[in-house]
Amino acid sequence: MTAGSPDPQVPSGLLPHRIVLNARQMPSYSYGPRSPIWWGTLGFCAVEGMGFVLAVGAYFYLVFVNGTWPLSAPAPDLFWSSLHTVLMLGSLYPNYLAKRNGEREDLRKVRRDLVIMSLIGVALLGLRTMELGTTHVKWDHNAYGSIVWLLLGLHTAHLLTDVVDTIVLAVLMFTRHGHGKRFSDVGDNAFYWYFVVASWLPIYVIIYWFPRWW
Amino acid sequence: MTRALTSHEFDAVPEVTRLATGERGGLPGVQSEADAPPSPDELRDDQVDGPELSARLAKTWGTEKGLIGALSTVDHKIIGRRYIITAIIFLFLGGLSAVAMRLQLAQPESKLISPDLYNQLFTMHGTTMMFLFGVPIGEAFAVYLVPLMVGARNIAFPRLNAFSYYVYLFGGIMIWVAFMLNIGPDTGWFSYVPLAGPEFSPGKRVDFWAQMITFTEVAGIAVAISVIVTVFKMRAPGMTLDRIPLFVWAELVNSFVIVFALPAVVTASAMLILDRLVGTHFFNPAEGGDALLYQHLFWFFGHPEVYIIFLPATGWVSAIVVTFARRQAFGYIALVLSLIATGFLSFGLWVHHMFTTGLPQLGASFFTASSMLIAIPNGIQIFCWIATLWDGRPVFRTPLLFVIGFFFIFVAGGLSGIMLASVPLDTQVHDTFFVVAHFHYVLIGGNVFPLLGAIYYWFPKFTGRMMSERLGKWHFWLAFIGFNVTFFPMHITGLMGMPRRVYTYLPEMGWGNLNLISTIGAVLFFASFVLFLYNIISSARRGPVAEPNPWNAGTLEWAAASPPLPQNFDRVPVVTNREPLWANRDSLPVVAGLSVENREQIVSTITHGRADLRESSPEPSIWPFLTAVATTITFVGSIFTPWAVVWGSIPLALALMGWFWPKTSTEDER
Repeated sequence: MTAGSPDPQVPSGLLPHRIVLNARQMPSYSYGPRSPIWWGTLGFCAVEGMGFVLAVGAYFYLVFVNGTWPLSAPAPDLFWSSLHTVLMLGSLYPNYLAKRNGEREDLRKVRRDLVIMSLIGVALLGLRTMELGTTHVKWDHNAYGSIVWLLLGLHTAHLLTDVVDTIVLAVLMFTRHGHGKRFSDVGDNAFYWYFVVASWLPIYVIIYWFPRWW
Repeated sequence: MTRALTSHEFDAVPEVTRLATGERGGLPGVQSEADAPPSPDELRDDQVDGPELSARLAKTWGTEKGLIGALSTVDHKIIGRRYIITAIIFLFLGGLSAVAMRLQLAQPESKLISPDLYNQLFTMHGTTMMFLFGVPIGEAFAVYLVPLMVGARNIAFPRLNAFSYYVYLFGGIMIWVAFMLNIGPDTGWFSYVPLAGPEFSPGKRVDFWAQMITFTEVAGIAVAISVIVTVFKMRAPGMTLDRIPLFVWAELVNSFVIVFALPAVVTASAMLILDRLVGTHFFNPAEGGDALLYQHLFWFFGHPEVYIIFLPATGWVSAIVVTFARRQAFGYIALVLSLIATGFLSFGLWVHHMFTTGLPQLGASFFTASSMLIAIPNGIQIFCWIATLWDGRPVFRTPLLFVIGFFFIFVAGGLSGIMLASVPLDTQVHDTFFVVAHFHYVLIGGNVFPLLGAIYYWFPKFTGRMMSERLGKWHFWLAFIGFNVTFFPMHITGLMGMPRRVYTYLPEMGWGNLNLISTIGAVLFFASFVLFLYNIISSARRGPVAEPNPWNAGTLEWAAASPPLPQNFDRVPVVTNREPLWANRDSLPVVAGLSVENREQIVSTITHGRADLRESSPEPSIWPFLTAVATTITFVGSIFTPWAVVWGSIPLALALMGWFWPKTSTEDER
């Protein structure tokens, strides 16, 4: 066959350009849904949220199959997990401040907020460790233990990831890179933290309260 | 083109306010760095033109030479090309394992292949075709073509895209190396418990299968998110929702299906490997677990998977039909809505894979109805394509031949699918060769035939050379006849009661002749692929040189050079029509003002496609490759000790930090 165009009207080679718009004055980054990375973060939240939904679905499937719940173990303790939940809810305000001060491009306050968020994150990981000691069941005990530890493990992985991410970003903001588009990254990091908190609340109710009601 | 577009069919270039938002980057009242004027020292593409502009941009967007450069590349075309070639190699490997099975089944009581090897072969065949070919091939084409078709210079998140490729590659290599070491999985491509559980499958075979799932799903999700954001935010100015090419719509819907379906199979395979390695009891009925939970999770992914394989193919078909019919798609809106409807409905069918597990009758009725329902949007698509061809002046080149073949084979597979949606019939033929025939008609008809057409169609864009049309026609007829001779008799062998996944059968069963015919067909089908491979290699070396737009097509990838330069377009196009190159035959409307020295590209708004930002695209980096290596060490290590997840996370975290840490003070990407 030949490579020739079947239409003689179209010139061979590339079309000449006709400039109809100039992008010189357009901004070089922005915040929230105007920024591609915000959509990427939302995409990962959707994927991971789907993972949580399926794990929760599996939890209730096992409840339905077994009838009695929890299986041969008392319901997990409320003290550390509730403390953890309260601190998570409390972190929403400094997280909001970090996002807002990022949008205002106020470096001094962003540094302060990220240090606070890093410290809260480390404290939450500490509380989570205490919490894991009071589940009264191990993953290899029975299917109830397996699904409880799966939910806790999934959420802890998210918690750990965002805490590390927050610490790295906090360090970054103290270096010469702490300007410009990094402020937008602060907002996306805060957005992901909202997801970590929002995904914990139903899991907290399901793991710690549901067995007491069933 | 047989008819010129008239002025009412496309807008003239709209006024600037419809093309750009003109909004500030910073929030109201904030003096933002985003709004700082560009440096006057930086060369911009409104100051330079012609070959000099091309050469300078190619340098800015190019990939370094050498091994480190090759592993650091973030060019979507290079990654996309690797993705396509790798997926096709896996297609060949999966095909070879099928040929081996067909040779074994050619006659009763054959001793060619042992039962154990046969179990591994059908598992590797299904696993490879579904996870290493079926999902990745659609995404691979998206990686290469979506940025070009929406007029972008690179995919959104190009480093994530590079990472995805290496993870996919390493996962595929892992499972095939395991197979060659005689530790290949042997429990079928869906690895049902209890067979795949710790009690009935000791050893590491199933663990390799489960971790291969993790690899490929991580890779698949990463690409899906990159594609979604590319389509949402990287479209050329003026590309409103109703000007998005149908191929791009198909890949967008496909990416959404991937985002919501793949977590289910990751959950299933993670629970399976936990049951096997750390003693959890998700699927152990003795300790409160349940085997059917696995099937629900698996098929909640597994049925959308069929559409993950099919949806990109609808995109190939739409592109080929429009180009060779020489008219715009008939029923564009109906086609797009059908794609979206198929995406949603695909999540409501999974239980029809489980009709023989003893479902409540209401459940069975519901899933029968939903299985029949999905035939409606698929039927609409077929009718729209036929109407497009009917009203156009079709040119029967090889790509269109494969599309015609797709119509016949896929519709036949759809008809047996409607039969299988009914519970009594499904119960009779469950796990027989009738089902094997059905899903090969659907999958090969629905994916492989359009794929072969797509390769002939886009080969000139990928390589700058045309494939041989004469060999292509031979290829088509050999493939079409070979396919039908192989798979049509399987309907009958299945109705005669031959179960799938048996390594041999007795002569008294009377299945010998039909099986021999299927094997002869398989040899013909195999020969068609040999011819195809020869055509690819010889055409890549000696084929006629292709112009930028050899088929006189209308979408933007044909406005780039063949093969495209690293920057794709010297200036970002402005879109005024669904088929921009048919609307603008003399000159291409473009945006100017982007940097020539830095990787700047246009970020636009989601619905109206208005230019909004000029954002930087990431530079090449070795870190995505190193992150993929660290990921591989962690995943493979976890097959042998759960502690691998703990110590493996340290190099993984370090590699991720290297990835995200900015390299220079001017670099703006994350």
